[in-house]
Amino acid sequence: MGGKIFAVIVILIALASAVPIITHTFLGASVTPPEDISTHGFEIDKQLDETMVEAGLAFLAAQLVLGFFVWQFGGRKDAPLKNFPGGAKYLILAALLLVGAEAIALGAVGSKAWAKVYFQPASADALPIQVQAGQFAFYFRYAGPDGKFGAIHPDKIDEGNSNFFGLDPENDVAARDDIQSGEFVIPVNKEIHLMMHAKDVGHSFYVRELRLQQDFVPGLDLSLHFTATKVGKYEILCTQLCGLGHYNMRAYLNVMTQDDFNNWLKAQSN
Amino acid sequence: MSEASVPAVHHGPPTSFIRKHVFSVDHKVIGKQYYALALVAVVTGMVLSWIMRIHLVWPTAPIPGLGWLSKAGAPGGVVTPEYYLSLMTMHGTLMVFFVLTNAPFAAFGNYFLPIQIGAEDMAFPRFNMMSFWITFIAFCILIAAFFVPDGPPLAGWTAYAPLSAIGKDAGPGEGLGQTLWALSIFVFCIASLLGALNFIATTLDLRTKGMTLARMPIVSWAWFITSCIALLAFAVLLPACLLLVLDRVAGTSFFIPSGLNVSDHLQPHQGGSPLLWQHLFWFFGHPEVYIAILPAIGIVSHILINSMRKPMLSHKTIIYCMMGIGFLSYMVWGHHMFLSGMNPFSALVFSFPTLIITIPATIMTLIWLGSLYGSNLRINAASLFCLGFISMFVSGGVSGFFLAQPSIDIYLHATYFVVGHFHMVMGVAAIFGIFAGTYFWFPKMTGRMMNETLGRWHFWLTFIGTYCIFMPFHYLGLAGNVRRYSAFTDDYLVPLLPVHRFITYAALFTGAAQLIFIFNLLYSHAKGAIAPANPWEATSLEWSTPSSPPPFDNFGGKHPVVYHDPYQYGVKSSTGDYLMQTSPERAGETP
Repeated sequence: MGGKIFAVIVILIALASAVPIITHTFLGASVTPPEDISTHGFEIDKQLDETMVEAGLAFLAAQLVLGFFVWQFGGRKDAPLKNFPGGAKYLILAALLLVGAEAIALGAVGSKAWAKVYFQPASADALPIQVQAGQFAFYFRYAGPDGKFGAIHPDKIDEGNSNFFGLDPENDVAARDDIQSGEFVIPVNKEIHLMMHAKDVGHSFYVRELRLQQDFVPGLDLSLHFTATKVGKYEILCTQLCGLGHYNMRAYLNVMTQDDFNNWLKAQSN
Repeated sequence: MSEASVPAVHHGPPTSFIRKHVFSVDHKVIGKQYYALALVAVVTGMVLSWIMRIHLVWPTAPIPGLGWLSKAGAPGGVVTPEYYLSLMTMHGTLMVFFVLTNAPFAAFGNYFLPIQIGAEDMAFPRFNMMSFWITFIAFCILIAAFFVPDGPPLAGWTAYAPLSAIGKDAGPGEGLGQTLWALSIFVFCIASLLGALNFIATTLDLRTKGMTLARMPIVSWAWFITSCIALLAFAVLLPACLLLVLDRVAGTSFFIPSGLNVSDHLQPHQGGSPLLWQHLFWFFGHPEVYIAILPAIGIVSHILINSMRKPMLSHKTIIYCMMGIGFLSYMVWGHHMFLSGMNPFSALVFSFPTLIITIPATIMTLIWLGSLYGSNLRINAASLFCLGFISMFVSGGVSGFFLAQPSIDIYLHATYFVVGHFHMVMGVAAIFGIFAGTYFWFPKMTGRMMNETLGRWHFWLTFIGTYCIFMPFHYLGLAGNVRRYSAFTDDYLVPLLPVHRFITYAALFTGAAQLIFIFNLLYSHAKGAIAPANPWEATSLEWSTPSSPPPFDNFGGKHPVVYHDPYQYGVKSSTGDYLMQTSPERAGETP
């Protein structure tokens, strides 16, 4: 009796678990990645979909076989024992070949998407923007008309006077026209070269729609490059535990047309 | 049972109450002490998770009694954001170190490894006693962190530097509480190293006559392999924690670089690397996953064979798979750090062994499933938890396939998908192993049977409940729900709150179902039916001791002699369908 109940429960759980994956919704909430707005994201989505199919089939097959065998053999008494046809040999072989092939295939194909984000450098005409993460806000910096970023002096950071990056405009010509912003404003269909550094502790930069996530590591200058393909406003979240205000550390990514972006930049310079 | 006539004088029977029950050198008492400590830790950890779940979906609801426990952290019983992170940090630390390491490995291993190999105690009984009491000190230091003025630590169980290394400037929870955390884990490492050495020496040196390595039960192999992993893993975490303490109290800069401006203070550090902490921590941290799960794999396999009344298709393959997993576990730590800023080429290098580790895991699963075929599977609380373990191991395993790929990790890293993954495969699966072990070995440890009806109800409710909690975590992760947030105020997170509410209900329900287990444990301990000598008709040595619980030297002054492989089931013998390892009889025909 117990074996039959177990079999029914495990099969029901397996099938019910698959429903939200197939329908993309659970209790009315959408449980699917949002529309991708990057030029590289489709590779990640494709990889995710393929893995979902393969892992999903493996999950269903294993749970159903478990339920089926327990249904059939659970609670049997003194029946003649049988061995699985072929014994362990074929099972080991199947695991080696199937999972091995799947691992190699996914590993090889998946590295393409990874390479797109990480192995190709930003192109020479990408728009350089700097981002600084600190407890508990992101700040963005644009080089201004001279195309040069002023040097950063951590000891000169003064958030009360809006000197978020610790610039020294009195002695540093390049810093004088730098534009600082709490919002990440970028032009659409233009490659962005995002240069990242942390002010205090570890943080992370996560935009679901851009299929981008990268840690800020204090003491390390890291960079990302991407192209956004759709005008709109998107949330940037911190995903690396950074202290009490972590849950509230966010900024907005504002993707504009090139004209709107130029106007915004002009307005900021004034 | 046949015995060699070698007199056994390892250590004399204890005479005083304190030497018998408190500072005992008897591995069985120490095993029970580890179990009791794990029980206290798991109840504490579970209550913490309840508070977190309630806070997430009813952020302004006061929790009765909490305001009394921490006036600053939960004024009026309402959890503050920093206190939420503290609860989370303490939950993770308690569960990983004091439950998942202690219960399946230290508790059951201590109790049953010496008996299963026919020894009368561990190789170093006094070291063994020290291991437990040092672990206990580590536990007290950790719990003390709840009550320090700056608040309990909040940097997570991973304690990433520099947040964990800077000190008070980094905000609440980064004062004395964080130092106590690092100290506690440092002390825990000492105890675990002593324990691991003891297990290894015991396995290699104290096997009784006829107990070759090949004749050791699968679960003894699991404890042996786990202790080898623990020896190498804790040996790395120990100095890492020491360096973290030094960064905090002695002004060193192992993990803190120069030029950090924290809370408007330029930090007086230079030359350290936050990535160094991550490498050291995860070099321990990933093998730690297998320290938690391998003993559970061993326990489940051991009990399943007994319940199926026939040998596994190949129990040696499971042992080889465990060795393979142990070996590979040292090459995969970087998959926790794909997005940490290390060289992106290394992500692909770490990804490959991570995907490959699926092969031994799949082989084990197929052997369990294939062995069920054609068996006379006995259904009881112990075997149900074994079957539940297989189901959970599969569910938690397939989600690992996503996270092993760096490109997918870009999207899923630090989301609830990860939380769902490790809770299923490392948390719930290992806990199912502990439950199975408890129902199976309780008669040996106490001389009484656990109540079977309550055991089954405990299983049904826990099995369904844990799926209701942890499966939806994956859906949240796919929607990009970030973990370690004390409130979901972001535009896209708010619509996901109904899912969180469902999980909270499921967590409260499943937690409440554990009261059945605790009641069963206490009630059966006092009033359970008297257990027969070999209630499960099992073959291994723990069922050949002269009494339950066994006498202080396990075999009553004799050394057992072993004649067989551990799993002589489905045979014809004078005892029925099985033959004990100590029986000199030859098995009849096997089917």
